[in-house]
Amino acid sequence: MKILITGISGTLARGVAYRLVQRGHQVIGIDRRPWPDVPEGVEMHQADIRKRPAEDVFRTARPDALVHMATVTHFTTGTEERYRINLGGTRKLFEYCHEYGVGQSVFVGRHTVYGASPDSPLYHTEDEPPLAGAAFKELADLVAADLYAGSALWRWPEIDTAVLRLCYFLGPSRGGTLASFLSKTRVPMVMGFDPLYQLMHEWDAEEAITLAVEKRLRGVFNVAGPPPVPLSTVVAATGKRGIPIPEPLYSSVLGRFGFPYLPDDAIAHVKYPIVIDNKAFVEATGFEPRYSAKQTMEGFRWN
Amino acid sequence: MSFFDDKQVRLNIDRLPIAFDDYGFDRFGLSKKALIRAYSPVAYLYRHYLKVTAFGMEFIPRQGRALVVANHSGGIGADAAMIFTSLILNDEAPRLGQGMAEYFLTRSPFASVALSRLGHLTGLPEHGEQLLSDERLVVVFPEGAAGAGKLYKDRYKLLRFGTGFMRLALKTGTPVIPCAFIGGEEAFPQLFHIKWLAKLVNGPFVPVAPQLVLFPLPVACQVYYGLPMHFEGDGSEPDHVIQEYVDQVRASMERLISTGLDARPQAFMFEKMRGSKEDTSR
Repeated sequence: MKILITGISGTLARGVAYRLVQRGHQVIGIDRRPWPDVPEGVEMHQADIRKRPAEDVFRTARPDALVHMATVTHFTTGTEERYRINLGGTRKLFEYCHEYGVGQSVFVGRHTVYGASPDSPLYHTEDEPPLAGAAFKELADLVAADLYAGSALWRWPEIDTAVLRLCYFLGPSRGGTLASFLSKTRVPMVMGFDPLYQLMHEWDAEEAITLAVEKRLRGVFNVAGPPPVPLSTVVAATGKRGIPIPEPLYSSVLGRFGFPYLPDDAIAHVKYPIVIDNKAFVEATGFEPRYSAKQTMEGFRWN
Repeated sequence: MSFFDDKQVRLNIDRLPIAFDDYGFDRFGLSKKALIRAYSPVAYLYRHYLKVTAFGMEFIPRQGRALVVANHSGGIGADAAMIFTSLILNDEAPRLGQGMAEYFLTRSPFASVALSRLGHLTGLPEHGEQLLSDERLVVVFPEGAAGAGKLYKDRYKLLRFGTGFMRLALKTGTPVIPCAFIGGEEAFPQLFHIKWLAKLVNGPFVPVAPQLVLFPLPVACQVYYGLPMHFEGDGSEPDHVIQEYVDQVRASMERLISTGLDARPQAFMFEKMRGSKEDTSR
């Protein structure tokens, strides 16, 4: 199968590319960022997904499947640019899929789209609406992209679209949202709160995405590995120091005193849990994580 | 293991039919360590302060889902704590009762963490369903917070029941175990509520009892569990059918309450009730 991966230079996407090549697929990659030591079997195009060269890849290579991983978060990108990439880019890619007869697409999204709130149930299922945008404006573009990707299921029913809502991951690449939160030695916690965090090993996440491509999933799926653990345990097991900060002071210490920067609205995600139910994904793919939460966190410990 | 840990509590928590991970947490954020820490002092109160006697423990299943439906009383949640402790201290079949917590608690700092570590989730129907499908024992008070806030003059009168628990039981095929707690109204006889303070702290009510502190009097209490009740259905029944089932549960709780009230020699009893089949005061 000929598979196009957008955002291929990202941490997870490289792993997915390796796995797909190993299983005998032909991989084409698009990314603005370079991938200097691109492995054999991966055809790399350094281009922007919203520009003409990207469309040309669709036109000339005619891939069978698209794995869309070119989304960005507030950790790296400003608001306007984020909307252009996450929403504009996603829209363009699905239109190309329709236009150039790509039969399958996988959108790799995040479980944070459900939003963190004290009165939502612990294990979110796929039929719940993603509410994060209302309370956390830096996530609104990702929520919209997630919903847009889901709308491809009725907009272009000939494309088998899978929307994956991936929980946090940790791994040797030290990339991802949770890794950014744990990037400094001090981790800002909100005093009196210790939510459950759901995380999986980077390699398990790569495997899950690969499985979603190979099983030709259709629909929206939560992707998670081992059961969740409290944030304080995540912090201790990864060798960091959790500093409890009274809630009124929280936003003023972020980005200072050796704490990572977070947007103001992110506080809900440090107070309340976002935990997803991965039953549907496991049933559809037979996915089984290889690494426990303990192995994942302790593996992340080295500095 | 610490000096303050209670031996019976620790042994029984080790025997709970719940899967804990490498760090001693279950999939809902329940912590083994927190359970031992919290239940140890409460077990002391259970045995020596409120001198609780539990009847009908044989109706509690060793494992598998069950829904304990109890009357609420005594304002400050001592009744709930004692019901949960009676389930843990049951050597035949120790179980962890998991409650459905009040919304205002799960959004307040510290309380939200404590509740989650002890296995009490926000009172959402989804949570009840998730716990029961995971073969847990859920304890509900269908009168809600209002039931706990009954004044002394209304003692042991059941308020209007919510019907959510019955739909939950039907949907998940769970047996309902009626339960009555006796003594809560005397241990914390509520004279009146301070309404403005309740509004200030955003809670349901702030009760005032003659002891003036938010702590029960050392009145001997009893817990009665009744015969498990099985209902046929899938939870999609019309309201009047559900109401009928709820009334059946309510009736059997009323029977348990009147049995309990008749059985005790006097209302304000400061000695442990005699004639109990099992002695829990080890």
